[in-house]
Amino acid sequence: MPLTEKDLSRFEATFFEEAEEHVATMERALLALETSPDDSELVNSVFRAAHSIKGGAGMFGFEDLAGFTHVLETLLDRLRQGRDRLTPRVADVLLCSADTLRGLLDAARLRGPEPPGVGAMRESLERELDAVGGGANAHGAYQARDGHAGPQEVRDVEVTFEPGRELFARGMDPLLVVRDLLSLGEAGRVRSDLSSLPDLDALDPEVCYLRFVVDLRTAASDSAIRDVFAFVEDVSKIAIARPVPAAEGGTFAREGARAEVTKTVTTATTVRVSTEKIDKIIDLVGELVIAETMILSALASEQPDARVRLRDAAEAIGRNTRELQEEVMGVRMVPVGTVFGRFPRVVRDLAAKFGKAIVLHVEGEDTEIDRGMVEQLADPLTHLVRNAIDHGIESPEVRAELGKPAEGRIGLRAAHQGGRVVVDVDDDGAGLNVERIREKALASGLLDADADQDEQALMALIFAPGFSTAKEITDVSGRGVGMDVVKRTIEGVGGVISLSSELGKGTHVRLSLPLTTAIMDGLSVRIADQTFVLPLLSIVESFRLKPEHLKTVLGAGEVVRVRGDAIPLVRMHRELGIDVESTDPSRSIVCVVDTSSGRVGLLVDELLGQGQVVIKTLETNYRRIDGMMGATIAGDGRVALIVDPQGIARRATGGRGKEKEHAARESN
Amino acid sequence: MPLEKATEAATARQVLTLGLGDEEYGLDILRVREIKGYSVITPIPNSPAYVKGVMNLRGTVVPVVGLRERFGLPTVAYDKFTVIVIVTVGARVVGLVVDAVSDVLDLGPNDVEPPPEFGARVDTSMLTGVAKREERLVMLLDVERLVLDAVGAGLPEALTAAGVGQTTNSRLEATAS
Repeated sequence: MPLTEKDLSRFEATFFEEAEEHVATMERALLALETSPDDSELVNSVFRAAHSIKGGAGMFGFEDLAGFTHVLETLLDRLRQGRDRLTPRVADVLLCSADTLRGLLDAARLRGPEPPGVGAMRESLERELDAVGGGANAHGAYQARDGHAGPQEVRDVEVTFEPGRELFARGMDPLLVVRDLLSLGEAGRVRSDLSSLPDLDALDPEVCYLRFVVDLRTAASDSAIRDVFAFVEDVSKIAIARPVPAAEGGTFAREGARAEVTKTVTTATTVRVSTEKIDKIIDLVGELVIAETMILSALASEQPDARVRLRDAAEAIGRNTRELQEEVMGVRMVPVGTVFGRFPRVVRDLAAKFGKAIVLHVEGEDTEIDRGMVEQLADPLTHLVRNAIDHGIESPEVRAELGKPAEGRIGLRAAHQGGRVVVDVDDDGAGLNVERIREKALASGLLDADADQDEQALMALIFAPGFSTAKEITDVSGRGVGMDVVKRTIEGVGGVISLSSELGKGTHVRLSLPLTTAIMDGLSVRIADQTFVLPLLSIVESFRLKPEHLKTVLGAGEVVRVRGDAIPLVRMHRELGIDVESTDPSRSIVCVVDTSSGRVGLLVDELLGQGQVVIKTLETNYRRIDGMMGATIAGDGRVALIVDPQGIARRATGGRGKEKEHAARESN
Repeated sequence: MPLEKATEAATARQVLTLGLGDEEYGLDILRVREIKGYSVITPIPNSPAYVKGVMNLRGTVVPVVGLRERFGLPTVAYDKFTVIVIVTVGARVVGLVVDAVSDVLDLGPNDVEPPPEFGARVDTSMLTGVAKREERLVMLLDVERLVLDAVGAGLPEALTAAGVGQTTNSRLEATAS
């Protein structure tokens, strides 16, 4: 293959990316196979994935990887041909080999040594293979190139290959496939059928009009011949004529379809967008151009209806801009299933580890959410699911005693709800023990002995840093780092986390997330002579400050009393270093915001109104500013800064929000 | 160092000249993206005085640095001649407030001398050299240095806390060395 070094290194990155995807596909299909072991399409997809990895690995010279995948592929081939049913043991071995594959891929990428355990894994694969296939020699050792193995009799076949018309568009080259086919044996005649080739003026160079008939003298089995077409068979017609009944065994180790590596490269910073979406965007831009022409002609017009036409154009622009915004935002959207996909495996492995029987119900994988949000969501969700498995679901024995079904249930659901995405994680396990939480909180000083807290408030304590009710510390959960991090991460992307639980019935955590991190609901406020935006979501309430509610507490600064509670008050103009003449707080308004260091009252001068704001980062051209989460462009074209209540609260309370609250309570 | 800078400046190039008080400064024209009249600037809390704030440049939030403030010259009220020169350094876009822009000078290798060690009103570390043309004396600004300094080195502790400043700082060190 005439590939230069440069070509190879460029394709190599693509190979690794795609190999990762293939391993993920394998894993998904293997898990699905556990519930429906007779689905041949699933087995096929696992096989195709392994085959692609092997092909690429062979081409780039990763012999370890290629050798391992070859053994894996041979086992899969047997399963595919229905010679062996997928037993739980084989499923385990296959899943583990997916992990081994990841290790090998990493090693190959970093040009590092073979990771430990590969040999053992390979042996156990071979053992399975021997168990099902009768003898190690049945699978033939991996050979880097054009290996011929197996006891197949040599025979003559006529292979007809009719590539699909869209073959070129998918980055495939029929010539490579034909060459692959020829490498299987001795070629007789290769005929190209040109009958469907149109006249030159009607010819579309991107359409494949050809059909090939190949006479081949080969020792390869029919399935080995069909393997050549693994990547084109879904769009092509393949016929093998005069077949001799296929004998057992004899798979071929060859290079995979090389054309595959020319597929689009996807990295974390690129998005795949359907052409449909792009067409829609182009249409909308086209309409904007038309509207612009309408405006120009109306402006130039002397006719009395010019004003009306101008207004129509303005309306058209408004409508189109809104639609365009929606469409462009849509480009950033990915189905939440991309995060959910990992959980079947997590649940399966952890359930086995803790000796629990758990079924995972996943719903709403197609719900679309901002790309950036998906990345932020992965860790918190993993934590919540792990918690549910470790602390939530009881062991089968306990469940039997309680009269619950032996199999625990964990639900993972996503849905759109009123312009937000709601993700629910629930289980039918033990639920939160409020009494235990109270004891723990008292012991760790998070709660005052005489404090009278309702259940909801006590449950919320599990989000406090350093809190854990697990009796034992396991390597999965119970270290008390976690729920506070979950809460902080979710709030960091503008989300809200809520919790409900019933002892003995289960726990339900709900994450309510904005559709995008690029737009949020904001409240415009005036501070001195400047306009700032507060995130609407963080505001609990706002009211006019009454002087009698204002108190100065020794060592804690100013506090404001809200229905018996004393919360720290931040004079925003002072915090932001804005000089003002009047500091009459009685004319000001307190916005109470909920932050991780407790509630804080922000003193502003006036509420100006609320609306959606597009968040622009300050870091692009400037740098991060403490206490600000970004900027937005206001309706008058000015830049308005968006306040980060968390940052302000941290600055103002020096991270001692709780202590101050306590101090304030004692002083009353 | 001055020698190095002089060599760097020795190639023929064009500079945009601008006025600050009765002094004349030059900006490498390749750094200049556009010239705007004075626009509304939103102040940024807790920032150095020479960072005037941020402005809206067709939907992009761009920080604006006052060159008078930066160089410790007396501040003047902004008027209709006040100009914001938009420059780009790497991926960053920054506005510089100047009193006025005058013209574009073609400079040959022999027109540029190293910056004076003292005597200039400006911190000479912000200069790449001095161009002499007939009666005119144009101080050539090190735009990269100026911009990175303005956006990065203002509040070191805030930068490290935010974890974003490191790259800027290291780039600064790279330019400084």
